[in-house]
Amino acid sequence: MEDIQRRLLQKSKKARLEQIGKTVSFICILFIVVVVAAIFYFVMSKGLATFVKDGVNFFDFLFGTEWSPGTVGADGKPLTGALPMIVGSFLVTLLSAIVATPFAIGAAVFMTEISPKIGKKILQPVIELLVGIPSVVYGFVGLTVVVPVVRRTFGGSGFGILAGTFVLFVMILPTVTSMTVDALTAVPRHYREASLALGATRWQTTYKVVLRAAIPGILTAVVFGMARAFGEALAIQMVIGNAAIMPASLITPASTLTSILTMGIGNTIMGTLENNVLWSLAMLLLLMSLFFNILIRIIGKKGEFKS
Amino acid sequence: MTSKKADKISTVILYIISSMIVLILAGLITYILARGLPHISWEFLTQPAKTFQAGGGIGIQLFNSFYLLLITMIISVPISLGAGIYLSEYAKKNWLTDFIRTAIEILSSLPSVVVGLFGFLVFVVQAGLGFSIISGALALTFFNLPLLTRNVEESLKAVHFTQREAGLALGLSRWETVTRVVVPEALPGILTGVILGAGRIFGEAAALIYTAGQSAPALDFTNWNPLNISSPLNLFRQAETLAVHIWKVNSEGTMPDGPQVSAGASAVLIIAVLMFNLFARFLGKKIHKKITSA
Repeated sequence: MEDIQRRLLQKSKKARLEQIGKTVSFICILFIVVVVAAIFYFVMSKGLATFVKDGVNFFDFLFGTEWSPGTVGADGKPLTGALPMIVGSFLVTLLSAIVATPFAIGAAVFMTEISPKIGKKILQPVIELLVGIPSVVYGFVGLTVVVPVVRRTFGGSGFGILAGTFVLFVMILPTVTSMTVDALTAVPRHYREASLALGATRWQTTYKVVLRAAIPGILTAVVFGMARAFGEALAIQMVIGNAAIMPASLITPASTLTSILTMGIGNTIMGTLENNVLWSLAMLLLLMSLFFNILIRIIGKKGEFKS
Repeated sequence: MTSKKADKISTVILYIISSMIVLILAGLITYILARGLPHISWEFLTQPAKTFQAGGGIGIQLFNSFYLLLITMIISVPISLGAGIYLSEYAKKNWLTDFIRTAIEILSSLPSVVVGLFGFLVFVVQAGLGFSIISGALALTFFNLPLLTRNVEESLKAVHFTQREAGLALGLSRWETVTRVVVPEALPGILTGVILGAGRIFGEAAALIYTAGQSAPALDFTNWNPLNISSPLNLFRQAETLAVHIWKVNSEGTMPDGPQVSAGASAVLIIAVLMFNLFARFLGKKIHKKITSA
């Protein structure tokens, strides 16, 4: 009697197993969340130390044009102007997005509207392979092909924003294309049918109906590509020349946040101003990636198809 | 210009754009292979690198790449499996789940340099692990987790709900249903995702230069005691991978035959990534056939 009572009141073996399984899987997901929080905490606290501990003015950092954290300027403050890198990062990101977008839209329209068969058989695998090529390989090709070509055509050393734009263009092209394809296939079929029934040609349908309906999706794709370009480090570092000066033209050596970061972190001592200000650059990268994320969310919310 | 003409012209332009993209890829791959393949030999693949002399190989770097990949997968696959199971089977639709999803999304969009620097700060400096395989593997795990988790979740969600109902009807608990019925069913999708992730990890360098280090000390391939510092299995030794090697050779330029070495290494890297890609495709197709023909 007591035995039965005990067994009824106790949790069964299965229920306990269920409890354990649920807890274990929750711990896994919790781990990921903790990692994200830790990344933000550590990078932000290190990045803010420049302003809190070393007393650098935040606006001097954002808008100063002279970068040489080891030396002191005329006003007795260390030279920590990050504007050259910020401008460099934004320039390569915007330029590569501007070049990549027409290509991506063209290829996506081809794959969804003109010839889905060739698109699926040839372009789809090509794009998947392009995604898979490691960024150092892009950097190597940029260094041995793009830089000499730029040097021969425009003079100078060949290193600079133009070479960086070329390399990033090829790197973000597959990402933007495949997301644009998703955006175009999400346009309901009856949109196209309605337009064609009115006597519009295929191009008119594509241009006036399908592309317009897919604008939010295409924008998301472009922002995604820009986020990737902004955070890319080694490929761009190999071709941009890494001179922390305001870019005078597209073919003179320049620098990006990521390139100065990868060059400098190993050559500075932890806890010094020279090191802290590099972490501030990392913090900027982190905040920009957050900004791109929010942007994608906003666009995504506005552009949902109501069916 | 009539609309018919515009239609024709646009079609031609779209054909040109698409073939240009195909040409870019074809050009890239033929260039790398044409420059790199002549340099690949058995010696190149097995000899250690030389910093100031010509004729060095990539043996140690190649081993390090595979070893680091293995360690990363051992850490990240169980975690992402658990996380994917939670998201697809247990997560309710509420603010907590939304928050978790946002966190995963943010982690997946973080630049890999930032992840690498975080690994450098926490594992290399603060935990005192130094430049080591374990630091590199942990950094790569963070880099890999969000994509792998999403892949597991999607593969599990693709399993039909009747499978779950059948499991529950047999008196299995939810956890048992997931581990015995749903996960085996979703295994092909999960495997494909793991292999594609492996390709990504194999080519990653930015997250590794400050975690796994940029030098490859000589290894004694007869010593398999994991605690010995010269053993290939040691987790606490510096380990420059193939991708890091390419970057380092190009940005330092002390190696007299640097261009040839990086061309050869790039070719090896591309071939490895292509193989991962083809293998994932082949596996996906084969398992798809097996399931759908029944």
